[in-house]
Amino acid sequence: MINTKDILETIRMIQDENLDIRTITMGISLLDCCDSDIGRACNKIYDKITAYAKNLVKTGEDIEKEYGIPIINKRIAVTPIAMVLAACEKKDPVRFAITLEKAAQACGVNFVGGYSALVHKGFSPGDRELIESIPEALSVTDHVCSSVNVGSTKSGINMDAVALMGQIIRKTAELTADRDCIGCAKLVVLCNAPEDNPFMAGAFHGAGEPDCVINVGVSGPGVVRAALAKAGDCDLTQVADIIKKTAFKITRMGQLVAREASRRLGVPFGIVDLSLAPTPAVGDSVAHILEEMGLECCGAHGTTAALALLNDAVKKGGVMASSHVGGLSGAFIPVTEDAGMIEAARKGCLRIEKLEAMTAVCSVGLDMINIPGDTPAEVIAAIIADEAAIGMVNSKTTAVRLIPAIGKKVGEELSFGGLLGGGPVMPLNTWSPARFIARGGRIPAPMQSLKN
Amino acid sequence: MRAVVTVIGKDTVGILAKVSAACAKYNNNILEVTQSILQDLFVMIMMIDISNCTIPFTEFADEMAALGEEMGLQVRAMHEDIFNSMHRI
Repeated sequence: MINTKDILETIRMIQDENLDIRTITMGISLLDCCDSDIGRACNKIYDKITAYAKNLVKTGEDIEKEYGIPIINKRIAVTPIAMVLAACEKKDPVRFAITLEKAAQACGVNFVGGYSALVHKGFSPGDRELIESIPEALSVTDHVCSSVNVGSTKSGINMDAVALMGQIIRKTAELTADRDCIGCAKLVVLCNAPEDNPFMAGAFHGAGEPDCVINVGVSGPGVVRAALAKAGDCDLTQVADIIKKTAFKITRMGQLVAREASRRLGVPFGIVDLSLAPTPAVGDSVAHILEEMGLECCGAHGTTAALALLNDAVKKGGVMASSHVGGLSGAFIPVTEDAGMIEAARKGCLRIEKLEAMTAVCSVGLDMINIPGDTPAEVIAAIIADEAAIGMVNSKTTAVRLIPAIGKKVGEELSFGGLLGGGPVMPLNTWSPARFIARGGRIPAPMQSLKN
Repeated sequence: MRAVVTVIGKDTVGILAKVSAACAKYNNNILEVTQSILQDLFVMIMMIDISNCTIPFTEFADEMAALGEEMGLQVRAMHEDIFNSMHRI
C-alpha cells in the first residue's frame, strides 16, 4: 500500500496549501478555416472549436473529481487570428473576436486565447488591422485574450509595433474604463513568445503545432512556501533542494492530468508548463515564498537573487517529472494576482524598477501592473521596449501586461475579481522617452557570443 | 483499478462501519485499512478495489464526500494514481 504519510501529504497540499492544476488548455489550429469570405471563415472557426472542445470542460471536471485535484480553468488557444485574417478580402477582425467569444461560451471554457499577431520582424497583411482592432475586440468580449509578439532573439525588436502597442494599451484601458480597465488584463505584449503556452493572456496555438493538442499548466506556490516553512533555517543549497523536490511532485500531478485529459479527449499531449502561478488567495503567493526564504518584504534587495534560485529550482525539479516540458515554465510574478505582491506594492517596497530586474530571472515579465491613468502612450511603449530588450538579449520570454488605471492616480486601486485580482496603482518614472519611441524602425538582433 | 479513501476528523462511534457499508453498497472491495490518531485527529485510510463499482467512480466520490458531511468528517475517495504519480518514480 502507498505510505500513509505520502497520502496525507498529498491531501494536505490540496486542502491547505492550494495545490491545483491551473489550466487544461486545448490548442486548436485554425489554419484550415482561412477563407476569403470573412463570414465563411467565422462559421468554420465556430464549428471547428465547438466540435473539438465540446467535451473539454466535462472531461476536466471528471478528472478533477476522480483524482481529487482541483482543475481551476479549462481554456482554448487558437492559431493567431492575424494569420486567418490575412486571407480575408474584407478585414473586419472584430467579427473573429465575437466568433471566438461565442465558441468559448458554447464550450463553457474560462478563456480563449489567440486574438494575436506575430510581428517581431514586421507587419504582414492583416497584422496591423488586427492590432488596431484589439481595443474594440477586448471591450465587446469577456473571454477573449489577445497577445502581440514584438521581438525575438533571432530578429530583434520591431519598434514600430512597440510604439503602436503603447497606444493600443491606452486605448484598450479607455474603452473598458467603466469596468476597471479590465480589457488590458486580457492583453499582453511578448518577446520570444512560446507557441505552446497554456497560460493567459499570452496563449496561442503556434504554426508549428499539430492540429489539436492538450497543454497543462500547473500551479502550487503555497506548497513550496509550506515546504520551506517546515524546513526552518537551512542554507540556500537545501532551500533549492526542497524547491526541486516539491516542484517534482507538483509537476507529476500535472503530467498525470495531462496524460489523462489527452487520452480521454483523443488529442495528443503537448507539454506541461511547470509554472508556479499565484492567485490572490491567501497562501497561494510567489512573493510569500521569497519572504519565507528570508526577505522582510518582496521587493527588498535580495529579491532578484531569491527569485533566480526559485525559478531555476522549479525547472530542475519539474523537468524530470514530465515527458515534455514547455510553455513559460518558471515562477510568475503578476502583481495584482499575488496576495504578497499586492501587499508589497501597497507598502511601496515593491517598485516597477525592481520588478523589471526580477523579470530578467523569472519566467515572464512585467505582469498585471496597474499604472497611473495619465501615463502617455510613449511611456508605455518604452516600458515594453525595455522589457523586450531583456528578453531578446537573454534569449528568454518576456512580456508586458500593464493596466493604465484611467482616471486614477498612484495609490488608488483597481479591482478585477477572480484570478485577475486587483491592487494599487504603482508609480512610474515620468521622464519622457518620446523622441526615442518616435524614431521607429527595428532594434537589430543581438550577438549570441561574447556574452558579458 | 484501485482508489484510496481517506477519512479525517474527530473520532466517533461507527466511522469504520459507515464507510465500509458505503463501499459495500457500491460493490467496492476493501483491500486494506489503516487508522491512527494524528494530532488529536482521527485518520483512516482505506485501499479499495473499484473495478466492479456499480456506479461511475465520480459519483462514488460524491457519495463519499456527502457521507463525510453527514458525519462531520472529511471523506475523500481518490484514484490511487494521484498518489502513485506524486510519490513514486
